Amino acid sequence: MITLALYIWLLPLLAFVIQIFLGKRLPRKGDWVSVSAIGISFILSLVMFVRMLINYTPDFAVHASIPWIDAGNFKISMGIYLDNLAIVMAMVVATVSFVVHIYSIGYMEGDPRYSRFFAYLSLFSFSMLGLIFFDNLFGIFMMWELVGLCSYLLIGFYFEKKSASDAGKKAFITNRVGDWGFLIGLLIVFTTLGTFTITDIHTLVAQGKLAGGLLTAAGILLFAGAVGKSAQFPLHIWLPDAMEGPTPVSALIHAATMVAAGVYLMARISFMLSFDAMLVVAYIGGFTAFFAATIAITQNDIKRVLAYSTISQLGYMIMAIGVGAYQAGFFHLVTHAMFKAGLFLGSGSVIHAMHHAMHKTGVEEDPNDIRLMGGFRHKMPVTYYTFLIFSLALSGIPFFSGFLSKDAILGGTLAFAMAQSNPIHYLLPVFGFGAAIITAFYMFRLIIKTFYGEPKRPDLYEHIHESPKVMTGPLITLATLSIWIFFTLPSVTPLTAEHGWFFHQIKEPESAVSIQLGHPVSEIPEQIEHAAHVNGMMISIILALSGILLAFMFYYWKKWDVEALTRKIRPLYDLSYHKYYIDEIYNATFVRGLLLWNNILAWFDAHIIDGIVNGAAFVTRHVSRFSGIFDLGFIDGLVNAVADLINNVGQGLRKVQTGQIQFYIFGALAGLILIIIGTLM
Amino acid sequence: MNTLMPYLIIGAIVFTLGIFTILSKKNAVGILMGVELVLNSVNINFIAFAKFVDKGLNGQIVAIFIIILAAAEAAIALAIILNIYRSKTTVDVTQMNEMKN
Repeated sequence: MITLALYIWLLPLLAFVIQIFLGKRLPRKGDWVSVSAIGISFILSLVMFVRMLINYTPDFAVHASIPWIDAGNFKISMGIYLDNLAIVMAMVVATVSFVVHIYSIGYMEGDPRYSRFFAYLSLFSFSMLGLIFFDNLFGIFMMWELVGLCSYLLIGFYFEKKSASDAGKKAFITNRVGDWGFLIGLLIVFTTLGTFTITDIHTLVAQGKLAGGLLTAAGILLFAGAVGKSAQFPLHIWLPDAMEGPTPVSALIHAATMVAAGVYLMARISFMLSFDAMLVVAYIGGFTAFFAATIAITQNDIKRVLAYSTISQLGYMIMAIGVGAYQAGFFHLVTHAMFKAGLFLGSGSVIHAMHHAMHKTGVEEDPNDIRLMGGFRHKMPVTYYTFLIFSLALSGIPFFSGFLSKDAILGGTLAFAMAQSNPIHYLLPVFGFGAAIITAFYMFRLIIKTFYGEPKRPDLYEHIHESPKVMTGPLITLATLSIWIFFTLPSVTPLTAEHGWFFHQIKEPESAVSIQLGHPVSEIPEQIEHAAHVNGMMISIILALSGILLAFMFYYWKKWDVEALTRKIRPLYDLSYHKYYIDEIYNATFVRGLLLWNNILAWFDAHIIDGIVNGAAFVTRHVSRFSGIFDLGFIDGLVNAVADLINNVGQGLRKVQTGQIQFYIFGALAGLILIIIGTLM
Repeated sequence: MNTLMPYLIIGAIVFTLGIFTILSKKNAVGILMGVELVLNSVNINFIAFAKFVDKGLNGQIVAIFIIILAAAEAAIALAIILNIYRSKTTVDVTQMNEMKN
């Protein structure tokens, strides 16, 4: 199985390397390289998945690791940990990635950087799969950063547009803020436990090596990473802007996989969350779920609605982990991946058609704007029907997958609230159920405005047509996977997946904190669990249907006036439409503050640091001047003086040479006499 | 004049005169005359020693040698002076300073 995992993981990397260097020169710009790589990965992950189903044991896990850094006390090992969670997650990622790859063949056709797009998709697939398979937090963190990089590259794919490149930066930077918390959490874990490997951490935490406030802190800080990656409040701001990227990117990364990485991480570390940490997680998740849904109802950009919907649904998943409904949270991740990716691909189909229409008519408006749509179901039937299926799933209507997972979460939150002594915790199911009705409402608002009614722009409507099979095929595939039956087998009831393979295979790992403390972190008695689920199911069905009804009343049957209501609650509407002005607040505080700090430092650098450097240069120059004078004047003077001396002596001695022989004879004679006198003396 | 010393003194005086002539004459031929004086003073010395010290003939034979050598040398010297005169048209030794400096 490990080798299977390695193939699944590394094939997209190979595709990336080939594609990025040779892509442009290959026939069809090499899209088949990426598609076949992810296709093989998909088939292999399917094999792995089937094997898991055949084995049908919830305890299945294989672990293989090699020591990576071994420097005395400092040891980090790298390895692969394959348990049911990883296998299912890999299946999800491979499926959605494969489907999106195929879709992109149609959607990105004609783009000048077509080959690079597929290269990035392959790199992303590699990174995401690595994140799933690694057995240690450090490896997960590396892959975490890598998916963040891919997100940046893909969001800013149309980098000539300033809004797109800004969005890419915003995504990466916001992610980084979360990663800061993640890193500190990692450090706490490593310094107290000495290892990053998750199974070792489980053992050590159970032994009590990391406990109390520090354990809670570690849990919350690691969660901070998930807040950034999964776009929870307050770091959700990047996801709506990320819609600047091509729609397949939004589908793959910002609906199904990368944003799910945060949830996956939380699932992986759920065993080390103390009760306080769990509360923090649950409340942030719940608040995000509700908060994002309230923004989605006023948005007019089809992708923005879906973006806020994603943030909201991620909130659900996070909240589920927080209240201890581990299985429900992960289940929703899986179902959501299918139908949200489908929703995005469907919206992409619509946008593609709008682009085409605008191209034909020369209109230069926003192709994403739902106010320019209307009545598209007649022109784009496949897109319409699949979109409808996805929306029903998202709204939590029985007979669809979304109902099963969402209901499980809502039941879980209700059970949690009922089991706690403090009634304030009922806020969590309130958030959950509130978001549910709002979700149903905004999704059907979107559908009605896009697919129903009279076309708002007949000039554009004329040129709207269904998308090619390479784009509708993926839609049909994902729609099929949004039907309930796939998740409830071997049972066939549409009301709950409790008896299905999923809940059998994916079991919550035993909380290390519970072992450490000697009692469960959060205990929910059996009958409360049951009561909560039954009640929750009924409430959620009622709320979902009500939401859909409201949407139809306002937008289709026009029984109630939207405009009048908007005017009456104008301040609330503005808050929602402008996303509670959070971006503006962040801009005025953090961004401006940071820029101010930048300016201060820049001033410091330009004046003080450069002043010192310039001053040093000034001093050096003058010292060198004096040194030069010394050298020229003194040293050279000495040398010259010696030369002159010799010259003069020479001149003097020259005069001996008179050329007159009598002078020489006289000299010789004088010398001789001197010698004689000398010897006689 | 039966003792050695007067002859030696005469020899010394002639030698000195010869040296003085060599060193002070402007004319090259005059210098040659000085050279003759020096050589002849040496002759006087030799013969004086031959008579009073050696009491043989060795000194007188040397004297004859010196006369012959002086003659030969004078001939050659005059030949050289003739050649110099041919190129410089003068026999003034102060003009012979091509080796100056």
